[in-house]
Amino acid sequence: MNGHAVATIYKREMQRFRRTIVQSLVAPVISTSLYFVVFGAAIGSRIDQVEGVSYGAYIVPGLIMLTVMMQGTTNSAIAIYFPKYMGAIYEMLAAPVNFFEVTLGLVGAAMTKALIIGTIILGTSFFFVEISILHPFAMVGFLLLTCLSFALLGFIIGIWANSFEQLNLVPQLILTPLIFLGGSFYSASMLPPFWQGLIHLNPVFYLISGFRWSFFGQSDVAVGTSLFAIAIFTAVCLGVIAWIFRTGWRLRA
Amino acid sequence: MAAMIEVENLRKTYDGGFEALKGVSLSIEEGEILALLGPNGAGKTTLISTICGITEPTSGTIRVGGFDAATNPKAARRQIGIVPQEVNIDMYAKVWDSLAFTRGLWGKPRDDAHIEKVLRQLSLWDKKDGNVMSLSGGMKRRVLIGKALSHEPNVLFLDEPTAGVDVELRKGMWEVVEELRQAGTTIILTTHYLEEAEAMADRIAVITGGEIRLVERKDTLMRRMGHKTLTIELAESIGTLPPVLAEKGVVMEGPQTLSYSYDSASGNTGITRLLTAIRDEGLKLADLSTKQSSLEEIFVGLVHEDDKEKEAAE
Repeated sequence: MNGHAVATIYKREMQRFRRTIVQSLVAPVISTSLYFVVFGAAIGSRIDQVEGVSYGAYIVPGLIMLTVMMQGTTNSAIAIYFPKYMGAIYEMLAAPVNFFEVTLGLVGAAMTKALIIGTIILGTSFFFVEISILHPFAMVGFLLLTCLSFALLGFIIGIWANSFEQLNLVPQLILTPLIFLGGSFYSASMLPPFWQGLIHLNPVFYLISGFRWSFFGQSDVAVGTSLFAIAIFTAVCLGVIAWIFRTGWRLRA
Repeated sequence: MAAMIEVENLRKTYDGGFEALKGVSLSIEEGEILALLGPNGAGKTTLISTICGITEPTSGTIRVGGFDAATNPKAARRQIGIVPQEVNIDMYAKVWDSLAFTRGLWGKPRDDAHIEKVLRQLSLWDKKDGNVMSLSGGMKRRVLIGKALSHEPNVLFLDEPTAGVDVELRKGMWEVVEELRQAGTTIILTTHYLEEAEAMADRIAVITGGEIRLVERKDTLMRRMGHKTLTIELAESIGTLPPVLAEKGVVMEGPQTLSYSYDSASGNTGITRLLTAIRDEGLKLADLSTKQSSLEEIFVGLVHEDDKEKEAAE
């Protein structure tokens, strides 16, 4: 294990994070605050409660998930796409590091960033609504797993992308719809029957449901099912990454 | 001396079907400087990238410092520092951080004294806190060399280190290479400048069309490559070539043009005697010029010569 290399990659990414701290932190906090104002205050005043929880509080887990998934994916995608674009990837290919170490460093850093942002958003939400967390350990666990799995997904996207357009394509075209149709701002029971059926095919739905359970103790699907879904998602991403590094797909000629 | 790098029957066929390396075998000794000389598209970069692990070989074996690159890639790669042809570098990073990053990537513990030494050696010390982006082209290239040296490699690969670099910087680069050689680093550099190979290398390997045509000590090769042509423009036309000049091997190219071939590497080129003879004949000179065969001509000549030798041996 080339521990120095893992630490070096991780530190470099965190350094990049510090360099762009304003975009990285302020932007998500502002956009989340806007969600609170629009969804929580404006719409929430008309929707009294969802499953016994005030609407403003009900959307907090969804909002955190929304941001963490987006941040985890884009941070990780850029972390691998950027050196590829600059050509600086040659170093990682020639260095005495294996796929596991590179992934650990880059994905670890992307995960950390997403986690920091998620925590800040949770902190921000306390200014807007009153919330209590019923299962704090489970909450942290779900948050970590979500950061990990979406950082892995972003890593795959970053390797796959051949241009900045492609890099933006997946988050915009796939992630945003999945997250919005994943019950971030509503309970599945509020949807018409057709959409209720469809939502069960959306992996994000299970994540948000499980995460919401850790806050309020109730959810659209059983917690076990949520965990199972996230485990499968993570395993698929890991499998794809292992395959990429073994074959050198889009990395090695 | 022990072989630092051993390449046996290395082949690389790209996905598109292009065969970039057609069974290259090469052995590079510890502490020597080998120049890979060849025209564009000869396979120089592919060969280097494959040895360094950036490109997957189709077949063949690579050993670096005795470690097999396929079965023990980490140990093999630890020996190698690579300086790519393109300025492929994170432009937003600081010079110091860029070197420190590479060192860490190669698994070496932090060593500020070493990074400082490398930066000073490359005249980059006063730029250490500047962004790579703010540097001139020549400096960026030196940062790339600094990155490769940051982890104290035993072998250094320089892919066209002076392509697009001005004359002064090129000389500076040669000095850096000389210093490294004195420190005992094995160096493999690619170039399509004969002059560069001549200035830096101990041995020269000529590669064309994905095959190593020959590997020879520089001195031997320079002797073989040393043929030059002296063209003499006369002030007035002459009808026939004076026999004294014909005896010395002068050829008449036109009524006012004479040519003379000689070996620039030999101690006695015969030019002084030729010019004396021209003066004695009462001929007036309008102009003189010398021409060395282009690298392509030399390649063709060498390959041809080689084939003839092979035929003779069979």
